[in-house]
Amino acid sequence: MSMGAPTATRSMDVAGPWTPRTARIANVKQEAPGIATYELVFEEERRAASYRFAPGQFNMLYLPGMGEAAISISSDPEKYGSFLHTVRVAGNVTQALSRKSAGDQILVRGPFGSAWPVEKCRGGDVVIACGGVGLAPLRPAIYQIINHRAQYGRVFLLYGARTPNDLLYADEYDAWRAAGIEVVITVDLGASEWTGHIGVVPVLFYRLRLNAPQTHVLTCGPEIMIRFVVFEALARKVKREQIHLSMERNMNCAMGFCGHCQLGPTFVCKDGPVFTYAQMEPYLHLEDL
Amino acid sequence: MSATNLPVGSFVRIAKPELQTLIDQLRAMGYRTIGPRLSQGAVIYDDVDSVEQLPRGWVDQQDGGFYRLQPQEDGAYFDYVVGPHSLKNFLFPPRETLLQLSREQDQWRLHAPAPPDPPLAVLGARACDLRALWVQDLVFVEVEFVDPAYQARRSNLFVAAVNCRRAAATCFCHSMKTGPAVVSGFDLALTEQDDHFVIETGSERGGEAVAACPWTPCTISEIEAARRAPRELERAMHQRAPRERQDLHKGPPLRSLDVTDLRELLLNNLEHPRWESVAQRCLACANCTMVCPTCFCSTVDEVTDLTGDQVRRERSWASCFTAEHSYMNSGTVRKSVRSRYRQWLTHKLATWIDQFGVSGCVGCGRCITWCPVGIDLTEEIAALRGTMP
Repeated sequence: MSMGAPTATRSMDVAGPWTPRTARIANVKQEAPGIATYELVFEEERRAASYRFAPGQFNMLYLPGMGEAAISISSDPEKYGSFLHTVRVAGNVTQALSRKSAGDQILVRGPFGSAWPVEKCRGGDVVIACGGVGLAPLRPAIYQIINHRAQYGRVFLLYGARTPNDLLYADEYDAWRAAGIEVVITVDLGASEWTGHIGVVPVLFYRLRLNAPQTHVLTCGPEIMIRFVVFEALARKVKREQIHLSMERNMNCAMGFCGHCQLGPTFVCKDGPVFTYAQMEPYLHLEDL
Repeated sequence: MSATNLPVGSFVRIAKPELQTLIDQLRAMGYRTIGPRLSQGAVIYDDVDSVEQLPRGWVDQQDGGFYRLQPQEDGAYFDYVVGPHSLKNFLFPPRETLLQLSREQDQWRLHAPAPPDPPLAVLGARACDLRALWVQDLVFVEVEFVDPAYQARRSNLFVAAVNCRRAAATCFCHSMKTGPAVVSGFDLALTEQDDHFVIETGSERGGEAVAACPWTPCTISEIEAARRAPRELERAMHQRAPRERQDLHKGPPLRSLDVTDLRELLLNNLEHPRWESVAQRCLACANCTMVCPTCFCSTVDEVTDLTGDQVRRERSWASCFTAEHSYMNSGTVRKSVRSRYRQWLTHKLATWIDQFGVSGCVGCGRCITWCPVGIDLTEEIAALRGTMP
């Protein structure tokens, strides 16, 4: 099962697919409690200049002695030289990463995986629905849409987090709005100064009037949120082939060798992580698959 | 070296003791020779440099959760069938270093892993083993990413295969159409006869190896006899299966697997009550995945010294029967034994076809034999079909 190769991805260098490349942390930005964004630059200059990725793809970030973690890339795919990873502390690797600072070395394999169909969405409307750190893999898609804003119809960002403090990239929403993205934010738990929406992300669909035949939905977040986003999108007659979701599974090798990330007939690492709902429908509703 | 190599497709006969010359020649050609040996009551693959080490005169009795070796008087070298090892143990070893790193003043230096092993020559591989080799090639070599260590070992592998004359009660290669006749992918194919081996050459280096032995050309009738042996076994396997004891053919009833629309059968029955029934018996011990010649799941672990300055990335076999296999920080995906057995069997027999175009099962029966509680996938499929006897 293959998704069709996105550009700038499938060629690994001669050193072999297991060999990571050294990179430097150029900058660390705290985004939210337990979440930080790392700007990385490959040490080898030629590699730093030639590195390309597609929105939605991920790298394997490697801290020797700790292990690798599959982390999506969250920078603008059309800005070269460095790239960003927004990482939430969850396991031992991300915990160790959280103790790193600018100037430290880190190893990187990638990019891997399928991409958001940003180019396929051209000429249509786009609804980006995400929760928590699920915004991180979608930010490259937002940037790319903004870079070519005239080629898209209406573009919505429906984003939710637990509390206002947990919202990612809050300092960018105004710029995104100015660039023509309709940004709607919600939180599960408000605070006294919070004047925005309270509630879960799928509920934000209630306020949308979609032109379904020309709408693509891109969603990433907790699997339960994805299911309800799909439910709301289908209820508005968005085609199954135009609902795109990014799945999370245990990824160990990122190349389809290790078998951990299998979901039905797919290897989430190389056939995904971005799938259409048409691909995932038979598997998404089965418990423990 | 003899004057000329034997061309591909030659049939020659060598006297049985000349097997030693063949082994010697392979070693002279630079191969590490691997073959069947007795170990802890089973036939396994290990280093072989003498015919004396081969399990001559031993045959295996196998059934669900059952494996015993018995002596047999005719002193045949290769009438055992398959043991717990397969070629996987050597091409995709249970533990392997992928990368080494060392830290000097906060800089990591990467070191290529140890140079590839000396090329391997395997003696005694069966048709199902060869099929399994090809199935693993599709995983590690014939895809967008290539595993370099597997590829290096695979491209240098020399296979001296053997046509089965006997089937264990757990064998069902006739159902999977993977055996028992060795038809392709070999350098040499041996058929054991009472006092000689008939050897077919399948490659130039196969011809080079056998040319060093005192060989004589086969007569037409010897070639036919050699070709007939596995075909007769195949016919007997079809006749003795499924589970009908027929006096015409001695030996226990054999298993068979109805592969008709097998993928659809499994994918349409993901919530079948049989999964719960098998989960009641399954210990989730992962034996089936360890002995399976095609199971390829693995995990890469960090191995460090006490200072943390020397790091090895080690890949070892993993199994979908463990909880950690599907562990994510948000939780374990396959929490129940039911879901893990279902994952294994549907992957092996159904979604493998989506991924690689072929079934992941070669019909060797190892998973039946080495299951401590004797779970039999042919029986589970029959139950899903509703055709249990």
